[in-house]
Amino acid sequence: MKGRQAWLGPAMLLPAVLYIVALVGVPFILAFFYAVGDVKVGSVGYHFVGLRNFRSIFENPAFLRALRNSFLFTISSQVLVLTGSLTLALALKEKFPGRGIVRFVILLPWVAPISIGSIGWKWILDSLYSVINWVLVALHLVKPFAAPMWLGEPSLAMMSVIAVHVWRILPFSTVIILAGLTSIPKDIPEAAAVDGAGFFRTLFQITLPMLRPILNVAMLFGVIFAVTDMTVIYILTRGGPYDTTQVLPSLAFFTGILGGDLAEGAAISLFLVPLLAVVAYLMLRVARRAEVT
Amino acid sequence: MRPGGRLGAPLRRAGHVLVLAFFFLVLGFPFYWMTITTFKQGSDLYNLKNNPFIFNAPPTLEHLRLLFGETLFLRWLGNTALVGVLVVGITLLFALPAAYALARLTGRWGERLGIAIFLTYLVPSTLLFIPLSRVVANLGLQDSLGSIILVYPSFTIPFSIWLLMGFFKSIPRELEDAAMVDGLSRFGAFVKLVIPMSTSGILTVVIFTFTLVTQEFVYALTFISSAAHQTVGVGVPIFLVRGDVYYWGSLMAACLIASLPTAFVYNLFLDRFIAGFTVGAVK
Repeated sequence: MKGRQAWLGPAMLLPAVLYIVALVGVPFILAFFYAVGDVKVGSVGYHFVGLRNFRSIFENPAFLRALRNSFLFTISSQVLVLTGSLTLALALKEKFPGRGIVRFVILLPWVAPISIGSIGWKWILDSLYSVINWVLVALHLVKPFAAPMWLGEPSLAMMSVIAVHVWRILPFSTVIILAGLTSIPKDIPEAAAVDGAGFFRTLFQITLPMLRPILNVAMLFGVIFAVTDMTVIYILTRGGPYDTTQVLPSLAFFTGILGGDLAEGAAISLFLVPLLAVVAYLMLRVARRAEVT
Repeated sequence: MRPGGRLGAPLRRAGHVLVLAFFFLVLGFPFYWMTITTFKQGSDLYNLKNNPFIFNAPPTLEHLRLLFGETLFLRWLGNTALVGVLVVGITLLFALPAAYALARLTGRWGERLGIAIFLTYLVPSTLLFIPLSRVVANLGLQDSLGSIILVYPSFTIPFSIWLLMGFFKSIPRELEDAAMVDGLSRFGAFVKLVIPMSTSGILTVVIFTFTLVTQEFVYALTFISSAAHQTVGVGVPIFLVRGDVYYWGSLMAACLIASLPTAFVYNLFLDRFIAGFTVGAVK
């Protein structure tokens, strides 16, 4: 009986595996081939050119800037997302009237398509009609014609894209952490409170250590979302002003797709791979630990 | 007794309310802003002297009329729905048997393969879009909905396999064993017993596949160049802008319409969605 059915498992699995290999595995390998070749949009044939594309991107100041921005974007957004979402998750854990509505609104930034949320922010940060500037002017904090250009000035633009990304990812991280919080048996923090431990002592000595695996998951996904995203930047600044908010994925898009230099675009995007490998390794460790316990 | 013990309670309450109010306002504000922009007259919208938080002139449906009457918005909604339905179909066709195989028919190596499938979540579209743009062109699918219908399942199938696997594992084995004793084959038990028992799991997959389709941006932007073949996610932010002119009223109306329905459905299925992401770190 068992022998007759041994083929069934692999047979049911094969189509899905083939689909994933064909459209994830193969292009993944192709990216490496392109990066050491001379492929352009519309070109035919393929010639190996060694590291020429990499030499050319390292001579490009926009690339070095994008590399730096990718780190800045990822690290600062993750610090803000993790502290923010932990705070919010702790507040959402307790029952209160209207919790359902609050949860619905808080989730909106994650649920709405990212390009749509970003265009909403583009209107809020508009150079002329920004509501933030209107408030600042009304409070006499800035003069009407000296109001900040949120997306037009390099450091402000970088801060704006980071802020919008945090806005978008925070709900995701919050619900993940909230799931972790509700899985902690209630009596443990309660016992600590009876023993006289205050809110922060309970938080740092009991809740956070118990939350570690789930915080790791939230952080790893957060890093992936941040470092691989180009939508927020594409919509808000198109990488500008003067390529100052360009990150690796957006620069790869501008070079490879809009600029037509597929090879160089692929070379730029390959700089994501080392980081993804680290995240994959850490994710496996989380998964293995969860399996053991 | 700690000295702050008695004072602590009201203080904590105030802190609680403050934290919630802060995040509620910051996270929700853009959606309030989309709503009020949608119904404001242009003259009210573009007058810096007006208080932007209130209606200084009577509300109007003009932006909605423009959006539905004179733009491709309805077309984009239709395209998104079409792509969504087809991608859902393809996803279920591939993910259901695969997830069942991983949950029941393959032992130790199946578990490894399951983890490998999970790891493909981590390979981002921004790494694959350049080679895929070539693949799509070689298949003659550039600038057509076919391109994204083909490519989207590459990320919806792994996510769905992972979700369904957990679901199938929770069905008691004895039920299938009993059905097989009664003469059904293993595959027969899967089709006639397991699938009908899994409607809520399948529904979850349908919802999330649909949401992932509406949220995708990079592939649609890369593969499709003409306005008429866009989905909502790219059509609204890119093609609703004419030259350098942003029609903010209609644009925000489109944003609102594109976000709210998914948000409602999504909320109902939130817990399942979390389960798909937590790699078993929450039990």
